[in-house]
Amino acid sequence: MKRLFLIEFDKLRTNRSSRILIGAYFILLTSIALIAAIEFDIGSIKFHLAEQGIFNFPYIWHFNGFIGAWFKIFLAVVIVSMTANEYSNKTIKQNLIDGLSKREFLHSKWIMISAFSGISTLFIFVVSLILGLMYSNYTELGIIFSDLEYLLAYFLKLVAFFAFCLFLGTAIKRSAFALGFLGVWQMFEGICYGLLKWKSPSWIDADQMFRLFPLNAMSNLIPEPFTRLSAVRTLAEQVGEVMQINSAVRFWDIVIVVLWSYIFYFLTYRLLKRRDL
Amino acid sequence: MSTTLTVSNLTKKFGHLTAVNSLSFSIKKGNVYGILGPNGSGKSTTLGMILNVVNPTSGSFSWFDGAQNTHQALKHVGAIIERPNFYPYMTAAQNLRLVCRIKEVPQSKIEEKLELVDLLERKNDKFKNYSLGMKQRLAIASALLNDPEILILDEPTNGLDPQGIAQVRGIIKKIAAQGTTILLASHLLDEVEKVCSHVLVLQKGKRIYFGKVTALTADHGYFEINATDLKALQKVLQYRRDIEKIEVQKKYILAYPNKSISATELSKSLSEQGIIITHFTQKHKSLEEQFLSLTKNQQP
Repeated sequence: MKRLFLIEFDKLRTNRSSRILIGAYFILLTSIALIAAIEFDIGSIKFHLAEQGIFNFPYIWHFNGFIGAWFKIFLAVVIVSMTANEYSNKTIKQNLIDGLSKREFLHSKWIMISAFSGISTLFIFVVSLILGLMYSNYTELGIIFSDLEYLLAYFLKLVAFFAFCLFLGTAIKRSAFALGFLGVWQMFEGICYGLLKWKSPSWIDADQMFRLFPLNAMSNLIPEPFTRLSAVRTLAEQVGEVMQINSAVRFWDIVIVVLWSYIFYFLTYRLLKRRDL
Repeated sequence: MSTTLTVSNLTKKFGHLTAVNSLSFSIKKGNVYGILGPNGSGKSTTLGMILNVVNPTSGSFSWFDGAQNTHQALKHVGAIIERPNFYPYMTAAQNLRLVCRIKEVPQSKIEEKLELVDLLERKNDKFKNYSLGMKQRLAIASALLNDPEILILDEPTNGLDPQGIAQVRGIIKKIAAQGTTILLASHLLDEVEKVCSHVLVLQKGKRIYFGKVTALTADHGYFEINATDLKALQKVLQYRRDIEKIEVQKKYILAYPNKSISATELSKSLSEQGIIITHFTQKHKSLEEQFLSLTKNQQP
């Protein structure tokens, strides 16, 4: 385990573009804190975003988990290009010849995925905790550490997304094409949803079916947090809109995403095992 | 002598093409083996299979009497294949450190091996800035990091300039002299003849010879003889029982014995019969001639 970690860490550490992207990623994650600085005056209305309750415990776990996940594309680029490079430099061949098994190779990549996800989660946890302690109206321990399932969801969302990226990098072997395919896949899911809504027989619930799609399942894991914000709700009520809110992390979404992670792991392994180098 | 590698009925098909066809051989510790064969005869595919990067279609192989599974065994193998593969953005030393981690050997050997291939001064240069010769030498250093029990080389001098070829060949000789088992795939026949004790000849994925190099080259050789009276020489040779056939050329007569006769014996007996010899050489077929006649015989 330690050996596989060090092997992968060496590959990342010595690569300049990876270092830059990973650095940029963590700087951006920290920049969530800058939201606190959003402040504007319109005549008599003073608006300070940080005081609108977005940094209240436990809401902050949800809000930061949602925002933090936007930046995952930076690490996705690192994962895809590091994997594709193993093929274009033929270093995967050399690794195997030197005595790494195919499973060990895959596990070293998965250790990278888990480490990225774990560190990001820890990072979000620390940033949110600090912001919350600074701005939250409630600071009782019981409230601070409630709703932490959003962090679990954040972690699982990253793992599944990176597992997808690793699979694409392995399957396509060219980083640009793999990332392009990711975009195409996103569109494909959208088109499928449209078709399901439009054409599927009445006994199929299009929304339930759509929950099974990988990228959609990942995005369902942390529903958007904005409608939950009291300011937004007040505004909506004023215009007479009654909002249906589903903002909880749902058990079945977790199951679907974990299953997809395993499917990507399994497919990547099968590909590695079958392919001649 | 213990067996380093046993290959039995190994077969690889790429679609309808059979690259390696039911190949069997075994490698004993301490010998130097050559794999010969024209381009596309399955040399690299065979090496790919025993090195765990090409999946065999059928058949099997086992390293070190099957005591370890393949990827564990490969930690005790050093291999250099076709083109050196390293991380271009890492320095030589960083690349070797990664190999040490994979092979689970201490990093203390890095400097020693870089010294051996004369790259110590350039150890902190990035791999992408190396010349082909330097890359190939780094590959050798990398293959030697674990002091391997067997070294596998696939066309190690391919694409190198004469100086690079000489350097690489020198290193191989040095390693062979230390008693390391070597498996060398090459189409450079004199290279194989110079270094190898055993040879495996492949054609279209099939084994057409496996055994000692000396057994391949040692038929009884032949004699190249000239004398003042060529006619008389021819006559005398024709009546000898130990000469199987003679070939009359412009300047010489070639005499092929059917058993091993020493040059002294033959020349003495010829002069006793009144032949005045002006030219006398005993010759063996080179590996190249043997190889060509072997592969020619196999043509359909």
